[in-house]
Amino acid sequence: MTATPDAPDNARRMILKSAVAGGIAGLTLGAFPFPAFADADAKEWPADAFKQKTEADALKALYGKTAEASDKVGLDVPEIAENGAVVPVSVTSTLPGVTGIAILVLDNPNTLAAAYKIPQGTSAMVACRLKMAKTSKVVAVAESGGKLYSATREVKVTVGGCGG
Amino acid sequence: MASTIRVRAVAGSGTTEVQSLIQHPMDSGFVKDSKGQLIPAHHIEVVQFEHGGKTVFTALWGPAVSKDPYLKFSFKGGKKGDDLKVSWVDNKGASDSLMAKIQ
Repeated sequence: MTATPDAPDNARRMILKSAVAGGIAGLTLGAFPFPAFADADAKEWPADAFKQKTEADALKALYGKTAEASDKVGLDVPEIAENGAVVPVSVTSTLPGVTGIAILVLDNPNTLAAAYKIPQGTSAMVACRLKMAKTSKVVAVAESGGKLYSATREVKVTVGGCGG
Repeated sequence: MASTIRVRAVAGSGTTEVQSLIQHPMDSGFVKDSKGQLIPAHHIEVVQFEHGGKTVFTALWGPAVSKDPYLKFSFKGGKKGDDLKVSWVDNKGASDSLMAKIQ
């Protein structure tokens, strides 16, 4: 992690605060203003959800609910992918207040491929490239208003990209 | 070493479109090397984009994301010359970050 410009300032404030509180111990650990960015992120990663083998299990692990099909979720994938190692996938949604988008490849060894968090002010749109082991259904899930909506397309894969 | 992150953020009418490419092997853990040994999974777990002190996008990735991952999204606000911070961390604890200027 690189130090942000305001980090020393924050650190100084925290040191002052903990000194005022009489916490000398606070100087050693507590003085660090925020946990290192990278560490915080690693914990945020939903390891459990990425291990699931079915769509329902992955969504349950990730969001704690199931999705219903909706035409308000747009999933753009190629009909035939010649190279399973690089399959361009793009997801859009016209639903209001989308807070998350997840992409699942049902016949991959682990179903969940990617999950995106969409804060307020960010468009419900994401494009990326995924690996696919074989011909499979790809499911895009958008989280809106506490509910999950999904769209499904099949992609035919000529050469798998997940193993040898 | 040059940064592993390449990012292009362009401010449009009210929104900023961001495209990024990160250099990373993204090993899935299912591929064998020439000796028949499994190459252990090595992939980016989290990518974060920050603008104006606020996280504007978070990607959580499994090993099924392609090698040298590409990502495109857009967010409201952001103007030419603003800073956009991109950072990633992988499952082995490696990380990188880059401060880019919005064009």
